[in-house]
Amino acid sequence: MSPLTSRNINHLRELESESIYIIREVAAQFEKPTLLFSGGKDSIVMFHIARKAFWPAKVPFPLLHVDTGHNFPETLDFRNELMKNTGTTCIVRLVQDSIDKGRAVEETGFNASRNKLQTVTLLDALEEFKFDAAMGGGRRDEEKARAKERFFSHRDEFGQWDPKNQRPELWNIFNGRKHMGEHFRVFPLSNWTEMDIWQYIYLENIDIPDLYFTHEREMINRDGVLLANCPYIPLKDSDRIEKIQIRFRTIGDMTCTGGVESPASSLEEIIQEVAATRTTERGTRFDDKRSESAMEDRKKEGYF
Amino acid sequence: MKDIQTGYLNMELLRFTTAGSVDDGKSTLIGRLLYDSKAIFSDQLEAIEMASKRRGEETVNLALLTDGLRAEREQGITIDVAYRYFATPKRKFIIADTPGHIQYTRNMVTGASTANVALILVDARHGVIEQTIRHAFIASLLNIPHIIVCVNKMDMVDYSEEVFEKIRIKFEAITAKLDIQDIRFVPISALHGDNVVKRSANMDWYQGTTLMYLLENIHIASDLNLVDGRFPVQYIIRPYSDEFHDYRGYAGRIGGGIFRKGDEVTVLPSGLSSKIKSIDTFSGELEEAFAPQSVTLTLEDDIDISRGDMIVRKDNEPKVSQDIELMICWLNEKPLALNGKYHLKHTSSDARCIVKEIAYKVDINTLDENTDDKAVKMNDIARIKIRTTKPLFFDSYKKNRITGSLILIDEATNETVGAGMII
Repeated sequence: MSPLTSRNINHLRELESESIYIIREVAAQFEKPTLLFSGGKDSIVMFHIARKAFWPAKVPFPLLHVDTGHNFPETLDFRNELMKNTGTTCIVRLVQDSIDKGRAVEETGFNASRNKLQTVTLLDALEEFKFDAAMGGGRRDEEKARAKERFFSHRDEFGQWDPKNQRPELWNIFNGRKHMGEHFRVFPLSNWTEMDIWQYIYLENIDIPDLYFTHEREMINRDGVLLANCPYIPLKDSDRIEKIQIRFRTIGDMTCTGGVESPASSLEEIIQEVAATRTTERGTRFDDKRSESAMEDRKKEGYF
Repeated sequence: MKDIQTGYLNMELLRFTTAGSVDDGKSTLIGRLLYDSKAIFSDQLEAIEMASKRRGEETVNLALLTDGLRAEREQGITIDVAYRYFATPKRKFIIADTPGHIQYTRNMVTGASTANVALILVDARHGVIEQTIRHAFIASLLNIPHIIVCVNKMDMVDYSEEVFEKIRIKFEAITAKLDIQDIRFVPISALHGDNVVKRSANMDWYQGTTLMYLLENIHIASDLNLVDGRFPVQYIIRPYSDEFHDYRGYAGRIGGGIFRKGDEVTVLPSGLSSKIKSIDTFSGELEEAFAPQSVTLTLEDDIDISRGDMIVRKDNEPKVSQDIELMICWLNEKPLALNGKYHLKHTSSDARCIVKEIAYKVDINTLDENTDDKAVKMNDIARIKIRTTKPLFFDSYKKNRITGSLILIDEATNETVGAGMII
């Protein structure tokens, strides 16, 4: 074989290679990194790639799950099973503890959510364990503030993001230098789209929670938005409870994750559905709909 | 499920950067590409329709799709590089959309550093202007293999062949002194969609292809250096487990060339030789690996190797030196200091350096070399000499973008202040 013939890898393998490179770079440049795990598909893919990056050694950092207490039980079962099967440590910190300690105040009202409160628990956990880099599964295609995010995103000693003063990021050289008390958020999946994630899960045959596939569930129909019926959502008079064949495109808190009516029961069907769909996946998330800058505002304070 | 199977296996990734001046229709063009390839979702479109109305604008402002920060929307300008994604059945595309304002050369350089293709927009009414030259120069300096010049707003000049030809000839004359491998020209109207995704019925005289056809078919597989084997060692894999008791693997992303099992290699800086014992991945061993794959190499011999070292093919070694000449693009408000000391990052290697000489500054509007004014400020591009605290293993940037690039970091603020391309 001539060394001059061209070589080619497909887009998923190139994205995978880039993500492996970023995750290894984090392990090399930081003293105490962690990988933020939510039980959603993006963090599952990120963890899968982290395992590939260090094989045959184990992933050389712990996972951190900020548990709002409003998770789907299926998500937590999945998390526990995955950690057991892979022999991985996952630190869990509870938003409820932050509330009990008076560090965070519960929102009230019909659309109350613990989404914003997670930031307090997250920043406290980073400080508790002296983590200097936290990897997140955020993707630039998800939301317009995220489109401006760096792979290596610098945070000051208050955990804040300054979007107007970000370090330029050139080639594949990443600058993780920082002062005492500062940390980095790192986004190894920055260049992936929702479609890439699904195709990759299919290509690699990665296990994901059953919530992503169609199932019958008791839902609250709130003006056309479908939320899982659960004790965390106070009901309005106009809410209707219905049993629906449903699946979830994203998985967050039960209070702010909308379901979509769908018969998709396999990865192939999900991929076809995603290809045909005309709305973004964050469109099912209440947390982003609060204002045009909801994500940017939360990120500046230190959100994921 | 044939579509999924063949679809994902055959898709290539193409990264391109867009450069244009204010009001030359760059946002409209990107909006057109995204919209026609169905990458804009209906909820996104509704959101920007509402935002445009609120701002009192008559047409839907597609720039609102990319201007993600509050300050950008308030001021109506693009502050930072925005990344956008779309896919056709043939390729997945990553757009680095960079602002065209004069003060944002650093953003253009950032976006260009990873691009396979540069799209340069020219307003057909204004022709080749200073900014066009600047964009072409940066594309050539950053060694982007392919440039597509989109002559936009052809509808405003009656779809005139003469106007298009004039611009093409002028652009080619000016860029003749630049080192650009591949330039194409496409007459388009982003607003009406002529020659963007669909062929224009208004320009029979144009024999070339549409912009989308070019983006989908431009040959990029041979752009990577597959000749000079370069493997910067990123991380050492030591499992310390019973199963892999003595395993010692060198993890990294191949920066150039092809490595095969059994290849003779040299390790820098020690200069010791060995053979590749295995190329390991989570999914199994590989017979060969090439740029840009991330793999783990094991060697036949026990050699002391750490992060920052480089494994190269025997008898094909990079340059090794502490004295380095480079073109630098300055990215920070604090000017480059002659005799100043900086932290330096090059592949997986960290060092310090001192700036020994500023040879000249490039006037990026005329491409002249200025040896009188050597104050290198933000957005300036200059040729300099540095001396490093330890030898770097490098190739010229023209030969290899991975082993030929470096960044300078301010030792006090830790900010990335300079982007260097080794000569």
